[in-house]
Amino acid sequence: MSDSTTKTPDGNWTPRIVAFFCNWCTYTAADLAGVSRMKYASNIRVIRLMCSGRVDPQFVVDAFAKGADGVLIGGCHPNDCHYVEGNYKCLRRYQMLKRMIADMGIEPDRLRLEWISAAEGEKVRRVVNEMVETVKQLGPLGIPAKFEQWDKEIDALAEHVAASEGAGAAGSSGQNKPQTAHTAHV
Amino acid sequence: MNTMETRKNEPVRIGFYVCHCGVNIAHMVDVEAVAKYVATLPNVVVSRNYKYMCSDPGQEMIQRDIREQRLNRVVVAACSPLLHEHTFRGATEAGGLNPFYFQMVNIREHDSWVHTDRLEATRKAMALARAAIQRVPHHKPLEVKKVPINPDVLIVGGGIAGIHAAITMANAGKKVYLVEKEPSIGGHMAMFDKTFPTLDCAMCVLSPKMATVGSHPNITLWTYSEVVKVDGYVGNFKVTVRRKPRYIIEDLCTGCQECVANCVFKEPKFPDAFNLGLGKRKPVYMPFAQAIPSIAIIDPEVCLNFKKGKNPDGSYTVSDKCKKLCVVACGDRKAIDFTQKAVDKEITVGTIIMATGFKTFDPRRTPYYGYGVYPNVYTALELERVINASGPTEGHLVMRNGKEPKRVAIVHCVGSRDENTNRWCSRVCCLYSLKLAHLILEHTDAEVYNFYIDMRTPGKSMEEFYNRVAEEGMHLVRGRVADVYPDPNDTASGRLIVQAEDTLTNKILKIPVDMVVLSVGLEPRPEAEDLRRLFNLSCSSEGWFLERHPKLAPVSTFTDGIFLAGCCQGPKDIPDSVAQAGAAAAEAFSLIDKGYVEQEPNTAFVLAEECSGCKSCIPLCPYTAISFNEETKKAVINEALCKGCGTCVAACPSGSIVQNLFEDQEIFSEIDGVLAPLPQ
Repeated sequence: MSDSTTKTPDGNWTPRIVAFFCNWCTYTAADLAGVSRMKYASNIRVIRLMCSGRVDPQFVVDAFAKGADGVLIGGCHPNDCHYVEGNYKCLRRYQMLKRMIADMGIEPDRLRLEWISAAEGEKVRRVVNEMVETVKQLGPLGIPAKFEQWDKEIDALAEHVAASEGAGAAGSSGQNKPQTAHTAHV
Repeated sequence: MNTMETRKNEPVRIGFYVCHCGVNIAHMVDVEAVAKYVATLPNVVVSRNYKYMCSDPGQEMIQRDIREQRLNRVVVAACSPLLHEHTFRGATEAGGLNPFYFQMVNIREHDSWVHTDRLEATRKAMALARAAIQRVPHHKPLEVKKVPINPDVLIVGGGIAGIHAAITMANAGKKVYLVEKEPSIGGHMAMFDKTFPTLDCAMCVLSPKMATVGSHPNITLWTYSEVVKVDGYVGNFKVTVRRKPRYIIEDLCTGCQECVANCVFKEPKFPDAFNLGLGKRKPVYMPFAQAIPSIAIIDPEVCLNFKKGKNPDGSYTVSDKCKKLCVVACGDRKAIDFTQKAVDKEITVGTIIMATGFKTFDPRRTPYYGYGVYPNVYTALELERVINASGPTEGHLVMRNGKEPKRVAIVHCVGSRDENTNRWCSRVCCLYSLKLAHLILEHTDAEVYNFYIDMRTPGKSMEEFYNRVAEEGMHLVRGRVADVYPDPNDTASGRLIVQAEDTLTNKILKIPVDMVVLSVGLEPRPEAEDLRRLFNLSCSSEGWFLERHPKLAPVSTFTDGIFLAGCCQGPKDIPDSVAQAGAAAAEAFSLIDKGYVEQEPNTAFVLAEECSGCKSCIPLCPYTAISFNEETKKAVINEALCKGCGTCVAACPSGSIVQNLFEDQEIFSEIDGVLAPLPQ
């Protein structure tokens, strides 16, 4: 996949944001925003989970790896979790993820966690719009393109190594080609 | 279950259907383009668009395609799954497939209704559809779990809504627990004098129903009690109710009120809550004449036999300083017990009806109306008590100074339709203001002014009521009152000037009146937030309990098995409260009579061969559903206890816990799908 997928048909870049919303509060709030005909940016793609506690850190990392420019997690307010405390578990992972993605070279602002109750359709609108603005400021993340670039660099390196060893044992470069890491995420 | 599932290694054949929803989706999403795009995706055999997928022809189309095209997966892009997932799972099952071979795509609430650019909305619909198309091949056939339902019901709140729901359920043979916070049931309705539009007396209509509740063999009535703990889920709620001490043993009290007559306080001297402080009562008292249960109560704050002030735990210490003439008067009945303590009762019920009502707006928040400053400013509820034959003045309309008012101003929309206080219309105030105006005219020769913003009298017989009352000779002034202040020319009599702009004549009016009545709006109860937490409900931004769907599920909540009745859901009049109570009872009844509740099979399970026995998951489960098998050294999930949040799944370091319906591979496919390249 290439970076062109984040472009609109007229060629302008526009962010793509993957959102993980819990079924009981934030997903319902997004439904409420719909029923109330609130208007917000169309860059968001919501994936429904039963609880923000289900958000596996791998989901977030995978979304970035596959081309998301931002990831939004929505859960119930503290004390309001349908499953008592799943949102607290999510908060812990979120704080870990913030540090982790920073280490990976991803701006921490590309990841956001918000508590949005079933009644807060307006907050969905505001948070999505803010998130889109923030990510627009940060620009494209383009991890898939970077993977391609890194693959090329690794391949070039491998070829270089093979060529320098080629004087001794020719024709083994095909088998020595390193496997690219991002294709084996699960 | 069906023939399709036996064909294990059959290739995936998906049917995709995108709904126009009339124009709701089609006006913003190019549904034909979406269907065309999806038709190009792997495994898709059929891709159609249709005007109303949820209609019978729409559902039949799915069933026909399953049979004729040998589909084994179904994806529908339409409204929110919270609305119609159930419908389409049903259609999938009717077509001969396991219902969980279905996936729904929300392109209405999450797309067409919230976006304004048709091209972008269409692309979003394509991305979301693709996610479902990539997800659904991973779906597994699942069985809905059936859990037996406890037939008993808990009703919280003993106002007219709670009373009506309780009687309805009890008459149908169900065991009802009715829990009321106050010492008597009756709620606000018991305080009213007459009711619009029929002008029948509130108590005449209400007291027979209250008496029925008190004597019904199927109703356990716990007044002066509060719910303190709720555990469990639909069909099997474990509820703890705290019965506060009234210092009178309910089973022994006969309601004779000898104790009240013989109290050492010869005259009533403490403000009477039922009459909003306009009347007085003794430390031992009956809440009001028609109270149910007809049992006295002692107020330990003022009774001489208690030490002053509460203990830190909320209890009171007996001082034993009083002559206790009440105990003497009670005699052999021995119903008075100064050492009574709060008792917690634990009950198990299958369904719960919330009927916790409202509070009236406190007009001290609108200081320009002078409530609490000028004694002749009353709230409408206070006027109800003053005008009521069993009220503090026995129905004589006199003010605090003992005089009958000659001119009365009724101010509408106090704490309603106001940016500074509450923005909503409280729905009942125009009508009760007209009723009060009628009652004032009936009781006195006073001149009555109604100051209104708009006269809102919707509902059956309401406009007729307005026309009838308006002809009785009252002034109707269209204008919001700006100020109430003492008449500078007559400071001694307590006369007030009501200032407002008559917006029909564009004149500023300054009307001198003797009495001002504030038509206060309805607000959520202050404890609604605590109740919401306790029962795991949602509230609207105003604080009213949120119904599951405003039109299609108006008495259901997001917590299965809990229903709403009356004003806790929003302002409404008595007929609507009663109707809603009946609806809530019917909903609860339909659950109970089915005999079981179906549980979404989204529970988690451990892949024993993968589990490393690290125990990380065990402390994460709030339901203690995960245990550790010491013999096999593996974690085990008790499916009966698992609620399906998936928190343990996300935490398992070896990826050996799987959540049905939300398997890792299903989510990863969705992530991949929403981010996949789209046609330009």
